[in-house]
Amino acid sequence: MNPFTYERASDTSAAIELAKGNAAARYLGGGTNLVDLMRETVERPEMLVDVTGLPRGIEPRADGGLLIGAAATNTALAADGHVRAHYPLLARAILAGASAQIRNMATVGGNILQRTRCRYFYDTAAACNKRQPGAGCDARDGFNRYHAILGASPACVATHPSDMCVALAALDATVHLDGPAGPRSIALSDLHRLPGDRPDIETELKAGELITAVELPPLLFARRSTYRKVRDRASYAFALVSVAAALDIDDSGVVRDVRLALGGVAHKPWRASAAEAALKGRPAGPESFRAAAEAELAAATGLRDNAFKIELAKRTIVAVLGELTGDDA
Amino acid sequence: MSMQSDSANTSANTLPGRWQPAVTQDPMLHKHGALGQPVSRIDGPLKVQGKAQFAAEFPYEGLCYAALAFSTVARGRITALDTAAAEAAPGVVLVMTHRNAPRMKAPSLMMSSPTAAGASDLPVMQDDEIHWNGQPIAVVLAETLEQADHAASLVRADYAPLPAVTSFDEAKKTPRQLDNILGQPPVVEIGDAEAALKAAAVQVDQIYRTPRHNHNAIELHAATVAWTGDELRVHDANQLLDLTAGQLADIFGLEPDKVRVSSPFVGGGFGGKCLWDHQILACAAAKLAGRPVRIMLSREGVFRIVGGRTLTEQRVALGAGTDGRLDALIHTGIVAMTTHNSCPEQFTFPARHLYAAKSIRLAQEVADMDMLANTFMRAPGESVGTFALECAIDELAEKLSLDPIELRRRIEPETDPTSGKPFSSRHLIDAYDKGAARFGWDRRNPKPRQRRDGEWLIGMGCATATYPYHRFPGGAARIRLTAGGQVTVSTAVHDMGMGTATAQAQHIAARLGVPIGNVTFEYGDTTLPRGVIAGGSTQTASIGGAVIAAAEVFVEELLKLAGNDSPLAGLSLAEVETRDGGIGHREDASRFESYESILRRSGRDELVCEAEAPPPAEMEAFSMHSYGAQFCEVRVSEITGEVRVSRFLGSFDAGRILNAKTATSQFKGGIIMGIGLALTEEANFDPRSGRIVNASLADYHVPVQMDVPAIEILYTDIPDPQAPMGARGIGEIGITGVGAAVANAVYNATGKRIRDLPITLDKLM
Ligand SMILES: Cc1cc2nc3c(=O)[nH]c(=O)nc-3n(C[C@H](O)[C@H](O)[C@H](O)COP(=O)(O)OP(=O)(O)OC[C@H]3O[C@@H](n4cnc5c(N)ncnc54)[C@H](O)[C@@H]3O)c2cc1C
Ligand code: SF4
Repeated sequence: MNPFTYERASDTSAAIELAKGNAAARYLGGGTNLVDLMRETVERPEMLVDVTGLPRGIEPRADGGLLIGAAATNTALAADGHVRAHYPLLARAILAGASAQIRNMATVGGNILQRTRCRYFYDTAAACNKRQPGAGCDARDGFNRYHAILGASPACVATHPSDMCVALAALDATVHLDGPAGPRSIALSDLHRLPGDRPDIETELKAGELITAVELPPLLFARRSTYRKVRDRASYAFALVSVAAALDIDDSGVVRDVRLALGGVAHKPWRASAAEAALKGRPAGPESFRAAAEAELAAATGLRDNAFKIELAKRTIVAVLGELTGDDA
Repeated sequence: MSMQSDSANTSANTLPGRWQPAVTQDPMLHKHGALGQPVSRIDGPLKVQGKAQFAAEFPYEGLCYAALAFSTVARGRITALDTAAAEAAPGVVLVMTHRNAPRMKAPSLMMSSPTAAGASDLPVMQDDEIHWNGQPIAVVLAETLEQADHAASLVRADYAPLPAVTSFDEAKKTPRQLDNILGQPPVVEIGDAEAALKAAAVQVDQIYRTPRHNHNAIELHAATVAWTGDELRVHDANQLLDLTAGQLADIFGLEPDKVRVSSPFVGGGFGGKCLWDHQILACAAAKLAGRPVRIMLSREGVFRIVGGRTLTEQRVALGAGTDGRLDALIHTGIVAMTTHNSCPEQFTFPARHLYAAKSIRLAQEVADMDMLANTFMRAPGESVGTFALECAIDELAEKLSLDPIELRRRIEPETDPTSGKPFSSRHLIDAYDKGAARFGWDRRNPKPRQRRDGEWLIGMGCATATYPYHRFPGGAARIRLTAGGQVTVSTAVHDMGMGTATAQAQHIAARLGVPIGNVTFEYGDTTLPRGVIAGGSTQTASIGGAVIAAAEVFVEELLKLAGNDSPLAGLSLAEVETRDGGIGHREDASRFESYESILRRSGRDELVCEAEAPPPAEMEAFSMHSYGAQFCEVRVSEITGEVRVSRFLGSFDAGRILNAKTATSQFKGGIIMGIGLALTEEANFDPRSGRIVNASLADYHVPVQMDVPAIEILYTDIPDPQAPMGARGIGEIGITGVGAAVANAVYNATGKRIRDLPITLDKLM
């Protein structure tokens, strides 16, 4: 780990002021990802600005939505009564991630901005375009079980590892930012980028920008929603594939509305818009679910170790939608 | 109960009353007392209070901290090594490389001599040559661990690469046959097995593969070392103390008694806590700096410089008659190894002793790779060998339309199938029967895919567990009795969490007839009488042998001291037994004198005696093995292929169980590791670079709590008449057979045979 200085910000503007103009400054949430990366010398910040003292409230909005302070812990968000009642897929997604100890430390802001788990990214002895643009990508022809099947590029095939973000993507969450140029907001689905030829640029955040809050719009039918994560052991493993879904079926059994997002498949939480479009107005049943899954994965490509994820994603989509169609959902 | 068998009495060179391995039985065999009781671990309170001192917790004045920099190529020469930035970093004391490291002899391979402990015999940081990806190229000493870590990250090296073999597929094109596999012949042939296979009515002939595994004990490898003149003090996390001390003395050119290694507590060993480069480098750096040094590997460091279990590719071919009797048993294959170690992963060992067959062919070879030396890991050989063999037996049972337990009943041998020796004690079928009844094996439908719960297919499988009995020679024990009746038994052995100290306290209490509260078991320090290694499930029996010998001397000394004024006057070792804190005539209850009384009357404050265990003649005369029957129920998602073990039961025949509680934990721990072997564990060795890619616990998947169901343990508790205390050792057997039990259950659930571990979900989709 490189030597660094540490400052604890009392509020948002203090945090922005501390980090302003300093390319070697990083905001520090729970540190469960950043500190690991510092230990591996993948991240080498010279200054840490601790933002865990910033707002962490979880507040219902007048319109029925929810405003979540960026410093709220993953544990607090998953345990929140409003979240559990109105956005069960979010609570389930968070609880499917990491371990209780890590979730106690991890913040909402940090979870959104956690970096890929690609092992070659972590190992400074490996070639990695994300760590060192132009160096090459050892994962492409290496161990890539956890890598992308959608939206990857020749330069990088890494995935975004967050479970929480998959639910946020399905929920059309908005991320509130603040920074040297003032506050702004961005849709969560637009925050993370596909790798293209610059996998080192992972988000649309500008230098010194800070996540201050995440806002969920109201979504009545999210009461009928869930999250399913498929992984290599029963707990404490990243997703091979995960599916967040909310389903609204009318009295005649036709899909009125649907939200679907995938995790473990791309460089960003993957909103399954093609599947959603294919489902709306169709009868809720295995055939239309499978057709929608096929539509979403039509462009998927497999690598040496992960081609199975294409079929796995399809099956998991069908299973999750089937579960939400059942009476007990 | 007779003190000795008739054969002992008639044997010419017998000392009456002495335990003569293979000739007489340990008199303790049928004596109970504290033995077998579920005594809680003696070290438990210390551990939960944080008072147990581990290797990285010994304070020293002027201590500095070590961190390592590792090579990033598999084979080559260092052409440039830039340590300037590291040397200039805050807090750095020195940077040691091959250029300034003290000259040291290379370690010699373990078992090549009585003091050899080398996991490899490569010289350690003596030249510019790189032999594996991850080899230490520099040691940084600094005032704090963080400073050392940081400075180590600043070391830069360039290499001139040398041709490297880092692909197993490439390496196995030029297989090499060793002249022995841990002292056993590499090839065993009885009859013409290939011909018998061809002619057999029913055949199974399959290839099974198991991957590399890494040691991941929760305690990271660590040592705190200090020199005083030419005396070297090492606090280590270690499971072969005396060998380590002897090897370090040899490496540094010291008299053996100048090196003291101790290891009172070890946070998990499993074969990994032996002598690796880090202890040697810490000693060298401490010498160079003239300061005490602490080294603790990072988790990545453990993957880079502590070897693991190698990969195997095994063929098992079985030819049987329609009644199930085996005409041919073939188990052959190849493992990856290096030219500078000797750890051939003896996967053919189970097949040497398990089943009767008319013809047998067993052969194993190695494929040399440029990689870190592989090493022993819980049940080396047997863990992965039973995977292949026991899956094949299951496949054969299916072809024969026989219940797999019934098949095993039919091929149960009378004597050892390859050595022809009598079994000392073998109750495998008992273990199966007990386990099957308890597990509800009769509820298994032999036809696959017959049980389901929603999307989850449910299946059951079983497999044989087996592990050899070994007793290492050379161990000694010292008994010290005080006038107050306190007994201390000392020997330089190890407790890496198995419960050695607790079980031995029980053993000593029972053997000397004193309350367990009066017993102290001293271990974990090379200043004590020479101990044996903690490996191969040998330690308990080996300590047993030494304690028996010491106890015999102890009783003889006390009889001498008791003299003519004692009720014991004139009695010999063969006529007495220890009981109630003293010695008594075996048949005449009135002839008794307490230890305290004997010492008091002879004016002694204490009695100290020491003896070495008799050589393990029982291993020559008998085929000695532990056995078990592993039962598994799995649930497999038909949608995702995810496998969950929902029930597990291990039924063992491991001789006398010394402590019901610690033994059950040992068996369970082995089974949990076996679930990892079956379902999750695999070190990803990148054939392009020869580097392990998933060198962290986040990416190298050991089973977590939710992967482990309730596990039930049964045991026959039948004492082995040839083993000290009747106990055969239980550390490794728990993991054996588990891979096959899981795979066989997966087959029963899904109809898919997975012959390639780990059984990940993609293989079942
Ligand atoms: C062993 C292990 C297993 C895990 N398993 C899972 C899993 O299964 N599923 C899963 O989803 N996650 C998993 N995680 C990841 C975990 O969820 C993240 O590490 C955690 O959410 C990060 O939150 P943090 O507050 O600790 O972030 P930090 O580590 O503090 O920060 C992460 C990044 O976010 C930036 N940052 C933090 N807060 C802000 C802010 N307010 N504004 C701008 N930038 C900010 C930091 O600068 C840094 O770049 C696992 C982690 C570990 C170590
Ligand atoms: S996949 Fe991306 S993160 Fe992984 S090595 Fe390639 S470039 Fe780096």
